[in-house]
Amino acid sequence: MKRRNFLAAAGAAFVAGCNRIAGTDVGKSLLDAAEGWHKGAHRLLTNREARAPEYPRSAISPYFRGNGSTDPQNGDYPRHAEEGFANWRLEVRGLVDNPLSLNLDNIRRLPQRTQITRHDCVEGWSAIGEWTGPQLSLLLDAAGLREEAKFIVFRCADNLNGQDYYESVDLIDAYHPQTIIAHSLNGEPLPIRNGAPLRMRIERQLGYKHAKYLTAIEAVASLDDIGKGQGGYWEDRAGYQWYAGI
Amino acid sequence: MTRHTFSTRLWHWLNLVCVVVLFMSGLTISNAHRRLYWGDWGFAAEQAWLIVPRFPDWMTIPGYYSLAVARDWHILMAWPFALGLLFMWIAMLANRHFKRDIATSRGEWKPSAVWQDIVQHLKLDFGHEGGKYNFLQKLAYGLVLGVFLPMMIFTGIAISPGMEPTFGWLVELLGGRQSARSLHFIFAFAIAGFFVVHIVLVILAGPIHQIRDMITGGREP
Repeated sequence: MKRRNFLAAAGAAFVAGCNRIAGTDVGKSLLDAAEGWHKGAHRLLTNREARAPEYPRSAISPYFRGNGSTDPQNGDYPRHAEEGFANWRLEVRGLVDNPLSLNLDNIRRLPQRTQITRHDCVEGWSAIGEWTGPQLSLLLDAAGLREEAKFIVFRCADNLNGQDYYESVDLIDAYHPQTIIAHSLNGEPLPIRNGAPLRMRIERQLGYKHAKYLTAIEAVASLDDIGKGQGGYWEDRAGYQWYAGI
Repeated sequence: MTRHTFSTRLWHWLNLVCVVVLFMSGLTISNAHRRLYWGDWGFAAEQAWLIVPRFPDWMTIPGYYSLAVARDWHILMAWPFALGLLFMWIAMLANRHFKRDIATSRGEWKPSAVWQDIVQHLKLDFGHEGGKYNFLQKLAYGLVLGVFLPMMIFTGIAISPGMEPTFGWLVELLGGRQSARSLHFIFAFAIAGFFVVHIVLVILAGPIHQIRDMITGGREP
């Protein structure tokens, strides 16, 4: 028991030291910078078009777990769900020459990409599913992305713990061939649990980047004025890394 | 001639800090999803091969549950850990520390010799004639430097979705992402096991002398 107390005390002292370092300006900037070093290393080693692995149909998980919002009850979402999303619209706006407003039929008629990929949650679990939808690059090109645009923000219908969900990526991930706006999972319309009627697939990053219940795609020059400025719901709320390829 | 060269001492203490921070922040990350799986995917209890116990806060960094802060520490310390190990390998090949002190000879693998070494350890007899380390020490240091620590880096790379487009072969070699995650966990605990045995043996062999030599270098006996 004594030994255990000693261990616990040593552990607590070490943790207190770490937390003190994390609280200093130098500590904070180091902890933030490390995320950028990984992103730099990934970008250096990985071609910007290099793809996440795609699997055969036989690898698909029997059930696709949902996390975060799994049944939004806020705003118009319940009404849209009841209508089978017949009146759902996806806007493409912000720093574009021709803002777009599309319904699900418009989106299904665009050239489609189908990919069987693995979804990795930041918590540690993985699931494999088949996603279908148009590439994001197609919509950005159709809307005419302006030169000043540096990030793409994904607006979502779900309000989780009092804040609207959103996410963002840079143009490298926005134009990646596997970055699609999925309307189907395993050949069926997306279940509500997994983001019906539309969700993003950002295949080289963790699950929280794959915004669900997508209502708008917004091109911006900076993330500073969006939400609390960290680039996403979990980034703002809990300090998750904006670059989620780690 | 010192007992431990400067590069060995520098790496030893740097690595200690890295391993402790990585292990303790890793325990928080484990608490975020306390199940381990084999293969490419897994998310529910029925696919798990192990349900990991929840680690108490005093064992974890940051000392309370925050996956984001734990990941910040993990992501930061991965750099000095990986670059430090690379440095140690280059240094120990260049100064022949590996060949002279750690690499084993065929004779040492003879069952009778191994058995004698085990008996000597059990009698807490740490005098070894000739070489710096006896067989069990060489084996332990060789395994830690050559397998356990590098495997933490390889399995860590394999879990990173941003690395997979380039290192897909590594993920496949390790048996899929969830297998890589399981192995990351297993090797972390193998290192923790080494850590405990290492400290117990240092204490039994004379801790003041041992720690002093690892700081100042000490004298070759």
